[in-house]
Amino acid sequence: MTILNILIADDETPARNRLRDLLADIENVALVAEAKNGKEAIDLALQTKPDLLLLDIRMPLMDGIEAAQHAQKLEPKPHIIFTTAFDAYAIKAFDLNAIDYLLKPIRLERLQAAINKAHALQPKQIAALKPLQKARTHLSIHERGRVLLVPIETIIYLRAELKYITVRTAEREYLIEESLTNLEAEFAERFIRLHRNCLVTPLFIIGYEKRKNEDDEQQWVAILKGIPETIAISRRQQHLVRQA
Amino acid sequence: MRKNSRLPNLHNLGIHLRILLIVNLLAVMAAILLSQHLGEFLPTVAQLSALVQPILLLSMLGLYALYPLLNKLKYWHGIAAIILLEITFTSLIYLFIDHFFAFDANGEAYRACLLTAMVTSIVLYYFYLQERAYSPAIAEARLQALQARIRPHFLFNSINAVLSLIRSQPARAETALEDMADLFRVLMSENRDLVPLAQELSLCHQYLDLEKLRLEERLKITWQIADMPSDAMIPPLILQPLLENAVYHGIEPMPEGGEIIVKIYTKHKELSIIISNPYAPENDRHVGNKMALKNIKERLKLHFDLESSIKTNVKNNRYEVHIRIPFGS
Repeated sequence: MTILNILIADDETPARNRLRDLLADIENVALVAEAKNGKEAIDLALQTKPDLLLLDIRMPLMDGIEAAQHAQKLEPKPHIIFTTAFDAYAIKAFDLNAIDYLLKPIRLERLQAAINKAHALQPKQIAALKPLQKARTHLSIHERGRVLLVPIETIIYLRAELKYITVRTAEREYLIEESLTNLEAEFAERFIRLHRNCLVTPLFIIGYEKRKNEDDEQQWVAILKGIPETIAISRRQQHLVRQA
Repeated sequence: MRKNSRLPNLHNLGIHLRILLIVNLLAVMAAILLSQHLGEFLPTVAQLSALVQPILLLSMLGLYALYPLLNKLKYWHGIAAIILLEITFTSLIYLFIDHFFAFDANGEAYRACLLTAMVTSIVLYYFYLQERAYSPAIAEARLQALQARIRPHFLFNSINAVLSLIRSQPARAETALEDMADLFRVLMSENRDLVPLAQELSLCHQYLDLEKLRLEERLKITWQIADMPSDAMIPPLILQPLLENAVYHGIEPMPEGGEIIVKIYTKHKELSIIISNPYAPENDRHVGNKMALKNIKERLKLHFDLESSIKTNVKNNRYEVHIRIPFGS
């Protein structure tokens, strides 16, 4: 009989204690890590490669729903069971889409049954989780077998390039496979579109300048804090310069 | 006719404001009726006003002073007494005019007394209808509906926390269950009467002890209540839901937690209660928040009418709720 490795994430110590006590009463499971929020859960999951994540929904910093989405990039993809004391909206969505969840206070038999039938989330179920989520707090980037979490507030700009999107922070660039339109909709309050292919965080814009582009035309560009590149502003967005 | 009708509370500023408003509105209507054309309107208003305002002023002072006596009478006797008083006040004003301005207004006086009696009846009928809309039975039902609103989130998380203690710290689990029992006893009781502030505060302490069980050092509370009058009377469960809000919106979303500050003091015969918590706009889930605030606002209104207020604002990254309740004599 193989041992099932489990990671639990809950911001409340008593809740983690309770889960730990219950898991101790179940055979063939091992608790490999305890996290206080979603971000910690993903970080620890990268190190401990658990088979199953028990994720509380409401956690600070990164909630369980977002953690579950980032967890899709983990190898091997862990099974996921959500835990919650009360969240009528989420529970309805879980029921409709056969997503595994446990209601707190959690009973031993229920936990046992849930562990036995736990499965990885299907793409359809991931899609069903989307509406439960506020804007993500992090973007997850799959890079050489690792998953990096980039906090949204460190992103200077997002630029679409052929198949990928370049995510630029003060330190470096990352590549993600998402659509710029979806990102624009999700983070409407965070970024502005300066160009057809580019979303920029207004906080990082320190000025505007008129420059000649390759076709020898005068064009406005945005100068950004901390990085040498500039972002060209399309004709349609030039009213932003005038407002500045 | 219901037996337990009550006279309007003539010691309440809101009641007097309404009387002023209704009577002046009727005076303006009368002026419109009396004016042949637009140019006559303002002089007519002024003319009527010169009579109406002194009567109003005398009535309000008189009724305010006599309210304790009037309130002891049966409802119908009280109504009759008020109408008689109003006629007396009107006559006094006319006598005064007659005496000092030597202006023969005898014929007018009878008419004015009749009008006063009618206007008084209209105002009293308005208060009767208003009281019926807020009648104890209906108000009680509404208060009940308004009160049973502790977050299920809190209930289940607390039970979960207590369960986690049973094996390792049975004594703490015992205390926690006792606190929960007390809290829910108050939440489920039919409490529409005012309670001493000290009682509400001890309930808040029990509630916060339970939250501390879950949130541990993330939850910090500062009480600035040195000048608090413990015997001030407030509606039950005014503070506790606000603390629950502060915990849910201000502490739980923060990885490091934060500080809730409760400040209670009196100033100018008013009790002020200020509760503030850390605020991060991106964590804002205002839907539930507005529910609890609306609830408390409505209950304050049922108890104090226009004399209480509840205001919220955000400053220096803190969200603040400020309640004012009349206090003292």
